[in-house]
Amino acid sequence: MSVKRLSVPELVGRALEGNRRAIGRMLTLIERGGEPADEITDLTHPATNGAHVVGITGAPGAGKSTLTGQLIRHLPTLGLKPAVLAVDPSSPLTGGAILGDRVRMDDVAGDGGFIRSVATRGHAGGLALSVPGSVRAFDACGFDPVLIETVGVGQVEVDVAGAADTTVVVVNPGWGDAVQANKAGLLEVADVFVINKADRDGANDTRRDLELMLDLSHVSGHEDGTGYRPPILMTTATDGSGVEAMWEAVTAHRTHLEATGSLERRRAARFRYEVASRLTTRMERSITRSVDGLTPDGRSPATVAADLAADLLA
Amino acid sequence: MAIESTDTEQPTIRVVLAKLGLDGHDRGIKVVARILRDAGMEVIYLGLRQTTASIVAAAEEEDADAIGLSMHNAGHLALAPSMLAALDDADLDIPLIIGGIIPEADIPVLEDAGVAAILGPGAPAEEVVAAVRGAVAARA
Repeated sequence: MSVKRLSVPELVGRALEGNRRAIGRMLTLIERGGEPADEITDLTHPATNGAHVVGITGAPGAGKSTLTGQLIRHLPTLGLKPAVLAVDPSSPLTGGAILGDRVRMDDVAGDGGFIRSVATRGHAGGLALSVPGSVRAFDACGFDPVLIETVGVGQVEVDVAGAADTTVVVVNPGWGDAVQANKAGLLEVADVFVINKADRDGANDTRRDLELMLDLSHVSGHEDGTGYRPPILMTTATDGSGVEAMWEAVTAHRTHLEATGSLERRRAARFRYEVASRLTTRMERSITRSVDGLTPDGRSPATVAADLAADLLA
Repeated sequence: MAIESTDTEQPTIRVVLAKLGLDGHDRGIKVVARILRDAGMEVIYLGLRQTTASIVAAAEEEDADAIGLSMHNAGHLALAPSMLAALDDADLDIPLIIGGIIPEADIPVLEDAGVAAILGPGAPAEEVVAAVRGAVAARA
């Protein structure tokens, strides 16, 4: 029987038993949002086991997919059962997307791992709901770790960094100098740095620039209060060298988070962020509805907004 | 007025595209990927040298609505039925669409075997999109 005809509780039941088709369908319903997604959230929430959630981000072409592909080959040898959420952008014009991350993650089918390609679908805050929902679903189905791979541009990487316990930022030799490294942004969210394509010229210069940036975090007092300094790893994803050491750095970060109580704090912050995202999405919908068909009536926009706000929050 | 719950999105068609077996001609399938993207679909692109098992796994994990295979190596009479059998074995009721160099005489053979649509060289974008939409609607 097609999983499309199952009720949500039946579908989730099968997914939790490990039925891959049911897991795939469940993820679709989570991405579409609305009441079925909320029901899945309620049903999977009690079944979670606290899987290690690892974000892998960086500029387009940095090697995130290839590194992720190497990781999901390596992790089963450690007795782990990884799942991947591979996020690619939707076209802002047509809403369509070409999700090509699987091209670099072949040979993993059937090894117990699970790869899901996700399009950003362009809607504000959409990923902020569906990514935590999908991570929760993977966790409940017994996958650990859950890897989230995304292009590190714009709002997306902020949402993703917010959804992960450990964020890996992938850079390449020749990506920029020390000034770039000191700019605010992506580098600030890194728990582990990976210099991929380390067989290329300039890998050591890049490492020096990153080390300097981390030294300055110490000088300016902006380093993590728990004394954690993000390690810098060198990898060549195409032949897999450095991937084992990279994973050791990721697990060391997890150990650090647990030892300092940071894991609990990060997850509590994530919980608050997800609740806020859900509220925001509901509010936006209500706001769109209440301004639909408004016409200027001589009152100022501020007055109209204040009156509507009073209505909405009544 | 209370705060409303969110709407469920309109379903987006998700299509797995792949080259099955030893066949390096991937220009056509890349064009098709772009056509489907521009029609608002989500294309999960698997690329070259896939097996029936890797395509079945991707279709399950990605909850695909359709599978499109590009064939330019004259292997379609062997490859298309083996793909259909693999889908059947996995109990996946997903339409299979074949594009590429398919001689006229082989089209009814593939259709009888259960291929949902066959797209030849030079098929216009509208025909490609309509074939996918039609195949998906027929199984819904």
